[in-house]
Amino acid sequence: MTDAPPPAIALIGISKAFGPVKANKDVSLAVAAGSIHGIVGENGAGKSTLMSILYGFYEADAGEIRVRGEPRRIRSSSDAIAAGIGMVHQHFMLVEPLSVVENIVLGAEGGALLKRGIARARAELARLSQEYGLAIDPDAIVGELSVGLQQRVEVLKALYRGAQVLILDEPTAVLTPAEADQLFELLRALKAQGKTVILITHKLREIMAVTDRVSVMRRGEMVAHVETNRTSPAELAEAMVGRRVLLRVEKAPRKRGAPVLEAAGLSVVDERGCETLRDASLTLHEGEIVGIAGVAGNGQSELLDVLAGLTQPTRGVIRLGGTILGTAERNPAHLRRLGLMHIPEDRQRTGLVTAFTAAENAILGYQDDPAFGPGPFLSPARIERHARAAMQDYDVRPLDPDLKTAKFSGGNQQKIVLAREIERAPKVLLVGQPTRGVDIGAIEFIHRRLIALRDAGVAILLVSVELEEVMALSDRILALCGGRITGEREAAATDERDLGLLMAGVSERAA
Amino acid sequence: MELVQTLAVILDSTIRLSIPLLCAALAGLWSERSGVVDIGLEGKMLIAAFASAAVAHHSGSAWTGLGAGMLAAVALALVHGFSAITWRGNQIVSGVAINMLAAGLTVILGNAWYGQGGRTPTLEGPARFAELDLPLAGTLKEVPVIGPIYDIAISGHAAPVYLAVLALVLTAFTLKHTRFGLRLRAVGENPAAVDTAGVSVAGLRYAAVVICGALCGLGGSYLAVSQSAGFLPQMTAGKGFIALAAVIFANWRPVPVLFACLLFGLLEAIAIRLQGVVLPGIGQVPVQAIQALPYVMTVVLLAGFIGKATPPKASGLPYVKER
Repeated sequence: MTDAPPPAIALIGISKAFGPVKANKDVSLAVAAGSIHGIVGENGAGKSTLMSILYGFYEADAGEIRVRGEPRRIRSSSDAIAAGIGMVHQHFMLVEPLSVVENIVLGAEGGALLKRGIARARAELARLSQEYGLAIDPDAIVGELSVGLQQRVEVLKALYRGAQVLILDEPTAVLTPAEADQLFELLRALKAQGKTVILITHKLREIMAVTDRVSVMRRGEMVAHVETNRTSPAELAEAMVGRRVLLRVEKAPRKRGAPVLEAAGLSVVDERGCETLRDASLTLHEGEIVGIAGVAGNGQSELLDVLAGLTQPTRGVIRLGGTILGTAERNPAHLRRLGLMHIPEDRQRTGLVTAFTAAENAILGYQDDPAFGPGPFLSPARIERHARAAMQDYDVRPLDPDLKTAKFSGGNQQKIVLAREIERAPKVLLVGQPTRGVDIGAIEFIHRRLIALRDAGVAILLVSVELEEVMALSDRILALCGGRITGEREAAATDERDLGLLMAGVSERAA
Repeated sequence: MELVQTLAVILDSTIRLSIPLLCAALAGLWSERSGVVDIGLEGKMLIAAFASAAVAHHSGSAWTGLGAGMLAAVALALVHGFSAITWRGNQIVSGVAINMLAAGLTVILGNAWYGQGGRTPTLEGPARFAELDLPLAGTLKEVPVIGPIYDIAISGHAAPVYLAVLALVLTAFTLKHTRFGLRLRAVGENPAAVDTAGVSVAGLRYAAVVICGALCGLGGSYLAVSQSAGFLPQMTAGKGFIALAAVIFANWRPVPVLFACLLFGLLEAIAIRLQGVVLPGIGQVPVQAIQALPYVMTVVLLAGFIGKATPPKASGLPYVKER
């Protein structure tokens, strides 16, 4: 321990809980000055919470923050700014009707009157523009700028406040690939000027492209710190997903039937013009589970949405039971009538109305069924009887159809959705994240139900960020990376390593 | 000359009638630009009218009355702020509660103290604001056109009128050219941006709410201690709501707020002049119909004539840290 420079940022034993959820568990991290440090992890791994603590948005329950070797208490954003820490949030912290220069000076106006501060900011903006190639019109209204330029304003805001350490939270989530490349150029330029950059992402390609070191988080814990040039996307993917005890699922060999759902050449372009799903083709047969493996955000959600009729593909054909579906037929209500049911990835946002009772949620989407009441009327007694039976069958606890859905635990909420879709005897079932935020007991239950359904001849498409779950349940696995299907494996003939490579987009091994 | 005289007189009463609206509208503008919706302007004006009349009567000083009116309105504003900012309560409910509280409290206290059906005793002498003659009003009187307008319409108002105009100028300047104004504009649009810039969201909103109370106080006190000579039950007569309409009509900007208020004031002035007048082809219009004119116009303007009113994005939303 001689005169090696202290790390720009050192986090020691940080813990943070939100109610019963431990978002960060005893997390430690050292970021070398003048480096680009990546933090990777799946959604919900605790990356954003950790950075929010560093930026003073939350206060840690335990642990210490050191800035350039000095212990600092960072209780608010102004403390963080004073410590030379700047942050570009995933959702920009910009005031849209204000101009660029007004946004830049907000909170650092330098006097009660604006005139002088604005003039100084203009001069400083001109200098920063030159130094880093960040051209921007100081009088443009921020809300009228493109997302890429808005992000530039965020970076300039941090630099204007004298940030030595810049945190970027999922900065490329909203950028086109070309804008992302520009951002990486900027990060390298900042590093060349001696600034320290912390880059939070779940995209491994970015980590490999731009960082010096990388730390991996999983379920609130730091699981690895490595030099970027000594690791590989496959190794990082493995660390992110984690090797946990395999959930054992008993299942008989499949009895594969006729193909029911066939998709060919599906592509989706989102409103930003990014192609989130590219040329995806797949076939689901009766009596098999096809799993989709991929790091979150690689096109799984888009695939589910297109197949469920929630979004329209820009290209491609979908066949259900041999007939091509026209645009008008690709809507959820019609698809349901044809026997294609969907258990959405986000049960609280898409699957349920959490302010409704369990009984009401149990008929959502099927409220026109005459079984629930004549004509335009609903029969509360019938709805409740129906819900009670379903809840008994699926062991939903507490067994109270009149309880608001928000009051049920995640697992029981999921069972309500599951019961609603499965009891309609689907031919095809699309399942997104069936066990996210669900306790172990309910996971087992849900897995057994899905297997039973497959044995009864239903074709199931399973999307899950849990690689183990995909491997345990699926008969066949497709890997998605960057919206493209990068490979297909029989579940029995693959392992985590092999899939990890496919998920990282490493090209198909020689057959 | 006759025409100029008539116009000057109408302008004069337009200004008098616009001032309470202007105060309340500026109050609403401050509050809403900070993100706190305030439908309690009416109640705050009413309580200020009562407090100022009562205190002016006892102290014999209109200025003391004004101070008391402003204090009372600020106190009610803080109640609203406490509920809306600290406790993140529903701002509409809190505003309605304040209106009801003020409507009931003023009458009950008035009756208990003075026993005149809720009225306060008539104010006389220095207990009421005198009309101020601006310099040169007499000298310029003879100048054609400008003279009578200056003499009749601009000069000869009570002090609160000039204070309200000053408040307008200060509001416009502060919002546009000061640090406080920039932060205030930002906090009503995106409080998270202000928070991450290291500025207290609650602090800014409380400041705005206090300014809102003070301006309501000015408007209410003007009604009781200057325009009238004492407090009458329900004397605000919906002015707080018309002011809200003016704020929306003016798209939450100070100078357009002035014109919106002048427009509503003009309607009221015309309504007063039209009473008892026989209109050709229509005959004598019922007083009630004429008195309803400003209110009808409010509805019409709000419903049809405002293109796109874009309120501050965060107005009405309590700020909760979350991601």
